[in-house]
Amino acid sequence: MTLPGQAQPRLSDGAFQSHYIPNTPADQADMLSTLGLSSLDDLFQDIPKGHRNPPLNLPGPLSELEIQQELGSLASRNRPLGSGPSFLGAGAYHHFIPSIVKALVTRGEFLTAYTPYQAEASQGTLQVIFEFQTMVCNLYDMEVANAGMYDGATSLAEAALMACRVTRREKVALADTLSPAYRQVIQTYCQGQDIQTTTVSAAAPDVDEATACLVAQYPNHFGYVEDLVSHAAAAHNKKALFVVSADPTAMGMFRAPGQYGADIVTGEGQPLGIPPSFGGPYVGLFATRQQYVRQMPSRLAGRTVDRLGNPGYVLTLQTREQHIRRERATSNICTNEALYALASTVYLAALGKQGLRQVAELCYHKAHYAASRIAGLPGYSLPVSGTFFQEFVVQCPVAPAEVNRRLLERNILGGLDVSDAVPNGMLLCVTEMCSRQDIDALVDALGEIG
Amino acid sequence: MPASPARDTSRLLMDRSEPGRVGAVLPPCDVPAQPLPDSALLRDRLDLPEVSEPEVVQYFTALSQLNFSIDTNFYPLGSCTMKYNPKVNDEMAFLPGMANIHPLQSSQVSQGALELLYRLQGFLGEITGLENVSLATMAGAHGELAGMLMIRAYHQARGDAGRKKVAIPDSAHGTNPASAAMAGFDVVDIPSDKDGSIDLEALRAAAGPDLAGAMITLPSTLGLFNPNIVEVCQAVHQAGGLVYGDGANMNALLGRAKLGDLGFDVAHLNLHKTFSTPHGGGGPGAGPVCAGPALRDYLPSPVVAQGDDGSGYTLSGPPCSIGRMGGFHGNFGVLVRAYTYIRTLGAEGVKAISGNAVLNANYLMQALKDTYHLPYDRVCMHEAVFSADWQKARGVSGLEIAKRLLDYGFHAPTMYFPLIVHEALMIEPTESETRQTLDSFIEALKRIDEEISSDPETVRQAPHSTPVARLDEALAARQPDLRWKPKA
Repeated sequence: MTLPGQAQPRLSDGAFQSHYIPNTPADQADMLSTLGLSSLDDLFQDIPKGHRNPPLNLPGPLSELEIQQELGSLASRNRPLGSGPSFLGAGAYHHFIPSIVKALVTRGEFLTAYTPYQAEASQGTLQVIFEFQTMVCNLYDMEVANAGMYDGATSLAEAALMACRVTRREKVALADTLSPAYRQVIQTYCQGQDIQTTTVSAAAPDVDEATACLVAQYPNHFGYVEDLVSHAAAAHNKKALFVVSADPTAMGMFRAPGQYGADIVTGEGQPLGIPPSFGGPYVGLFATRQQYVRQMPSRLAGRTVDRLGNPGYVLTLQTREQHIRRERATSNICTNEALYALASTVYLAALGKQGLRQVAELCYHKAHYAASRIAGLPGYSLPVSGTFFQEFVVQCPVAPAEVNRRLLERNILGGLDVSDAVPNGMLLCVTEMCSRQDIDALVDALGEIG
Repeated sequence: MPASPARDTSRLLMDRSEPGRVGAVLPPCDVPAQPLPDSALLRDRLDLPEVSEPEVVQYFTALSQLNFSIDTNFYPLGSCTMKYNPKVNDEMAFLPGMANIHPLQSSQVSQGALELLYRLQGFLGEITGLENVSLATMAGAHGELAGMLMIRAYHQARGDAGRKKVAIPDSAHGTNPASAAMAGFDVVDIPSDKDGSIDLEALRAAAGPDLAGAMITLPSTLGLFNPNIVEVCQAVHQAGGLVYGDGANMNALLGRAKLGDLGFDVAHLNLHKTFSTPHGGGGPGAGPVCAGPALRDYLPSPVVAQGDDGSGYTLSGPPCSIGRMGGFHGNFGVLVRAYTYIRTLGAEGVKAISGNAVLNANYLMQALKDTYHLPYDRVCMHEAVFSADWQKARGVSGLEIAKRLLDYGFHAPTMYFPLIVHEALMIEPTESETRQTLDSFIEALKRIDEEISSDPETVRQAPHSTPVARLDEALAARQPDLRWKPKA
């Protein structure tokens, strides 16, 4: 690969000096002399000679100014969501993020800290996790929540594995309305332990005595709210767990899964103050019932007292975890995406009780306005009936790929092509970021395309 | 009573909630109100706090000030590579054309992102000598799970599914056995020899027809390069197994050795360690998987490919991929930071990292080895592992020494790991600290050793200057209090 690179930065005597490394050649020489060595190479004598100092073909270094130009140029070849009307969701959502979220998550004290193993030196991170756990519990109406997972998909996969541990069963039933990406991640996670995955009808889920859990999405992949009462009954009648992946924004408006008897609730935390960022980093939400707390994966922060009786926070119930339990741990996970758990916590603190409801209602009204206008266009219809939140399926008169191509010519980002599930189906998402003008532009464009 | 209740961190968000306060204002609805669904579907209560924007900023800023961090403290936490995190890397990840792009938008309007990922795959393949790379895994342990599933799929595809055992040295990170178990393997512990290297005879004894592979950390968690690493890889290969490399310690090897040359078949990198992306208090990170010829077809999906017809970059799945490891394509924002870092440094800069990281570790080791017991007295790599057993014999534990360091303004080393070193104190200075900082840290550790003679109680009761004193972890585990609850 040939990429531009300037001449190596040099000191006046020609030696290499990086601005990220304080040691000068003089420092190095002094330090080496305390070791009785004369060059940095002497430190690497344990590497077999034939394999030491291999050629390293990387493009030359860039100054900060040049790197900003290069990244700026790469960024200019991507279309940001704010640059025109955008109606793509399907697991990553464009929502308003208050400025304070970035201001707080980029504070070096949060950004450049490690996992809070030394509790006395990490009370900020630990108290944030405690706040996060509280909020996740309250959003989903569950009893305990962990400190976070990689993302919504892996959170759900770990929930399926946990259900197998709790029930000592080795089969997982996935509703046919589950996100295909989520299904694939569950299958990846299950392959190692020979756990079988089956697909069941969301309309009438078939759960048997060998099934560890029924897994459903709320709202489902197509944006619609399913009958969670009958899902929970189908699972519980066979002593299986009911696992729900729920959109946290929808929780501003719709009943929480905990009120339907869900045993494990997971979710994608991205809608809560995290930019879409081409798919990550996000944070996975994970909550369950108190009785299963010792089967949970990932970190947990707990409140305790210090030697003087003052309250403080620590990582707790660590005997579940890999650094103690090794191959018998509940999971291999160490990372809880703490920085984005912080972002979600700040977001929910700022929006609060009223703000999250307002966001949810804006999404709901705008999505329904868009749906009703599109349904009135000749050639377009809404093939799925039922209650939806901010996403819905439109049946297009031509292939969705073609519709999307022609929308993009008008600088409109269309929806996800779901024609493998619904003939000529397109999954559209309308959030509070879409103005009425954006929606009307979409409707006009669809009218012209159809 | 604190002067400013809004900045008093003893009050949690729900404690400070006042009905009617708002922390964000949203625009009015600009479309006609639509009929609401059946009220049975709607929620009637939502317990989130009601606080104003200044209170949110004051509270979280006050919380941040309770943390040690790289920006505020020397943080020589062994095995974690707590080096300086360049600010330009964050800035590049926040560009609207990076932060605000949707993972499912057409490749036609994400060519810049895909090209960046494609180049980064190339950089990481070059650095490891394992040329085929998937960036889809989001943490080191996530990469380990993917790598072990790849080894499993490889043996299955060859009709060799009876290989159930994975050999793991006793010095390994806990994630290694946990990942092997998640991938369905049985773990066989391999002891270390007297020099801290893998006991080759014990490995050979375990390398039978049921061996699927081995998981090797290089340098080991003792901070030592295994001089017999080529023989170790050969022993595994001769038994029909494959070698997984835990790249947690790659900061020592950048430009000095390539894992692929040494015999590794697959490895993960920790971009949040070696490539300076911020740890964020426990993530996000990224754990790309790099594979050689035997395993490249099994890499997780997606990977970025370049169309040979000039059609640009696309996401694709390797032919025998183990599947998808996450919702989308990995932690893109972290990958942008790592790309920026590698581009900033170039080949010579990358090599200067390992040189100075190893120099700093040896400098500390040399200066402290008369005061603290050094179980393996040989040139170390990026970190030095001491034992506090001399101090323990005088009545003060490694944990207490670590806590006392906090009073001197230094983050503690990693304690009690690796498990094979009694009272372990694992110190990793990284390349980004000044010699003056290293000298003051050496001075602090020597002074603590003196305090153990002159004033042991002060050390035993440490820390004294942190926002809280020593916390009762046993109480936290015995009576789990895991969320805010209204006062009864």
